[in-house]
Amino acid sequence: MSTTVITPERERASWIDGIATTLRRNSWTIGLVGILAVLLIVTRVIQPTYGITGIQGLAVSVLPLALAAVAQAIVVIARGIDLSVGSMMALTSVVSARLMEDQTEEFAILVVVGVLVLGLVLGAINGTLVVVTRVPDIVVTLSMLFIWAGCALLVLNTPGGGSAEWLRSLTSGSLINEWIPKAAVVLLAVVAVIWIPIRRSRLGLSLYAIGSDPAAAYRSGVAVSRTKIFAYMLCGLFSALAGLSLTASTGIGTPVPGPYTLLSVAAVVLGGVSLAGGRGGVFGPIVAVVILSLIRTDMTFLNVNTNLATVAQGVILVGVVMVGSLIQMRRKNP
Amino acid sequence: MSAITDTAETRSKWLTAAGWQALFRERPIIPLIGLLAILVVVSELIRPGIVSANWAGVIVRAAIPLAILAGCQTMTMLTGGIDLSVGAIASASGFVVATLVGGPGLGLGIIVVLVAAAIAGLITGIGVGVFRVHPLIMTLGMSLVILGLANVWQLQMVQTGSGVPEEFRDLGAGMFFGVVPKSLLLFVPLAVLIILMLSRTGFGRLLYAIGDNPIASRLSGARSWQVLIALYVLSAVIAGIAGFLFSGLTNVASVTLADSALLPSVAAAVIGGTSILGGRGGYGGTIVGALILTVISSILSSLGYPEAVRQILFGSIIVFVAAAYTRVTAET
Repeated sequence: MSTTVITPERERASWIDGIATTLRRNSWTIGLVGILAVLLIVTRVIQPTYGITGIQGLAVSVLPLALAAVAQAIVVIARGIDLSVGSMMALTSVVSARLMEDQTEEFAILVVVGVLVLGLVLGAINGTLVVVTRVPDIVVTLSMLFIWAGCALLVLNTPGGGSAEWLRSLTSGSLINEWIPKAAVVLLAVVAVIWIPIRRSRLGLSLYAIGSDPAAAYRSGVAVSRTKIFAYMLCGLFSALAGLSLTASTGIGTPVPGPYTLLSVAAVVLGGVSLAGGRGGVFGPIVAVVILSLIRTDMTFLNVNTNLATVAQGVILVGVVMVGSLIQMRRKNP
Repeated sequence: MSAITDTAETRSKWLTAAGWQALFRERPIIPLIGLLAILVVVSELIRPGIVSANWAGVIVRAAIPLAILAGCQTMTMLTGGIDLSVGAIASASGFVVATLVGGPGLGLGIIVVLVAAAIAGLITGIGVGVFRVHPLIMTLGMSLVILGLANVWQLQMVQTGSGVPEEFRDLGAGMFFGVVPKSLLLFVPLAVLIILMLSRTGFGRLLYAIGDNPIASRLSGARSWQVLIALYVLSAVIAGIAGFLFSGLTNVASVTLADSALLPSVAAAVIGGTSILGGRGGYGGTIVGALILTVISSILSSLGYPEAVRQILFGSIIVFVAAAYTRVTAET
């Protein structure tokens, strides 16, 4: 065995194996991308005018929820759940809107950096409370939902404030080619800059480790508490990005949290992240958000009552998860 | 002689820290009632003369719908689940009855709504019990479905108009002699039923067993899927009943009426000592939890604090109480 000679055939076999493994590992995301492709074709068929403007509108409208889904995915991978994502978005959004109102464009850069730091701090508070009190994540973040929403109301009692021009232009319009919306580029860039390096580092591995088995992770020397706090900090950071994208797309800050928290949980589960932790990535949830939004668009084109789109979202959520758990049950007892 | 040792033992139990922890662990309702009493005293200190029989009646009346929803949470949390669909079910039930009362009549409206709620609960129960979907996801999906259907119903019914039936307004907001809320007529039997069911019936014990250790309960012959289906049907029907009181209390029929009570209902159950991980808790504590939340809201609004401060305090109290529970129960 020790004298393994890597013949060309063998090398090719391992290469194919590698692709097969990658495919198998990401089968859920690939399936989602397939569904998305089919949906885009369907959209084009039922609405032949759906084109550049449609794609751009789609990208702008999914940006906040997609970022929220990334935030939620990171915490869920580390076997937590953060019900305060929506409130953190509201708080960071109103803080940025209030500080940027009637200020120079340069000052806005400072504000954006400050708000991102604020997101990290909010997440750190969430995570520290979870770790220190040892209360289940869902209860702690449920209370933080109230607290951050209250803080948002203290900052700005009614929708208002403003947004810097460059921030607004960051999410609207397109880049290079008119088919590439800026919002999508921003989303991918943010994820690529923040998440991918972490995912590939020791810390990323620790996140998955404490998610799949905290006790085993502890025994193999992972600082479980610190890693968990880190997961919540990342969640806060992405929530702050989502909040900034809200300010950017609407031009004002709204203190009342939108439906983002529960939708982000739904997107995470649809995106193939197990609520039991340790499994999945952030791209599946992003694709899931786009699919959910596209279904709503399609139903509008078909002149179906948009409220039925809410029903469809619920049915899809439950149906997909049911199929997923059926497959798992099959695997366990064939 | 035995009497003397008994008192000595009880005294030492009351004086030591461990005794307090044991009390908190075994009978969380006693410290909770203490907290409630302190809050009532605080109300009186802040606004001298505010605490009266009428004030108590108003507080109880406001707490009852929340306590009923929190009952759904308590039962589902005992099995380690959570029911996020109760808000949507309660809102939709109050709304749909209000739309039906002009045509088919109140009785038929109530029957239709409760049957519909039972069907929703049945589907949730099948999803959770048979397909092993996480309760959080299953009930979240169900609440989206119900909200969407209620909105569709609203568009259908926009011509006929709707009003909260007189009977609901009387039951939800009426008071005997201006002191005793009439909703107690509905709530007391319901609460007694839930408490007896949890502590005296096999079904109730099974809820605790499944939450405490699902594998052990399966090995000892409990058919957890049947229990879970029955549980979610029951939870949905009770949420439907709570919806009648919500619409009666506020005299509003809207498809999002009870949504704002969803998270407080979880909070009331958590404050009342029910563990979200399952297997520990009871309905008595939940009722006190709902009262505590209502008194806090009343104190803050009488002080003229904005909604913001109320929410911040709400959240802080939940974290604090939950942390206290975890501290005293983790030692066993």
